[in-house]
Amino acid sequence: MIDLHFDESLIFCDLKAKDQEEVLKVMGNHLYEKNFVKESFIDAIIEREKTFPTGLPTSSNISVAIPHTDSVHVNKKAISLAILKDAVEFGIMGEQEAKTPVKIVFLLAIDKQNSHLKILQKLISIFQNEDVIKFLTTEKNKTLIKTKIIECLDLKEMN
Amino acid sequence: MKKKQVLVACGAGIATSTIVNDAVQQLCKEHNIECEIIQIKITEVGSYVDTADLLISTTIVQQEYPFPVINARAFLTGIGLDEVKKEILEALKN
Repeated sequence: MIDLHFDESLIFCDLKAKDQEEVLKVMGNHLYEKNFVKESFIDAIIEREKTFPTGLPTSSNISVAIPHTDSVHVNKKAISLAILKDAVEFGIMGEQEAKTPVKIVFLLAIDKQNSHLKILQKLISIFQNEDVIKFLTTEKNKTLIKTKIIECLDLKEMN
Repeated sequence: MKKKQVLVACGAGIATSTIVNDAVQQLCKEHNIECEIIQIKITEVGSYVDTADLLISTTIVQQEYPFPVINARAFLTGIGLDEVKKEILEALKN
């Protein structure tokens, strides 16, 4: 089991946003309001995404993004998930200019510890699993989404 | 033979480099390659310019280095993974 907070309140379904920055603001601010991160986290992820984009095309033809930043901005490890109503463009990781329309965003509030390896590996296996990606882009029931993510990431059930 | 020094880098040095670090370790083990793998932020590459043999990065590398640079996004997406593994093994053989 992995010690990382995730619950229904950290899931956004059909999130409407005009661009990447708005997505990060809404998600980051929510983590801040719930005290998982410091206020500085919000600007930090927005800035970092500009320099080191995290958009990842997947084999399902649905792109995901995994914004994250330095642990100094994090109070308590958590993960937040947003499924966007309409895809917004994120830069592709490791590319200078290329962009990809992202539909699913996993915002990571983590620190540098080996305990993350497992969770990150499981996250990556979600990206490579077309069934789960399809499920996430079609399912609207947050409880079902939460259950699926907890199962996929092997997280502790939280209330 | 001197152990090769492999840098695994990403923007923050916490997330994607952790994944790639583990994957490269596995890859080396499978092929009996002994190397020293160091997980860093991309901004720290400069400190290893004289010692590193290879840089594997998930983020854009803008500077020129005296060693090969390999893009590691495939370890996250699975797309083109075999080719990237081959490229890494090639770079570590010489």
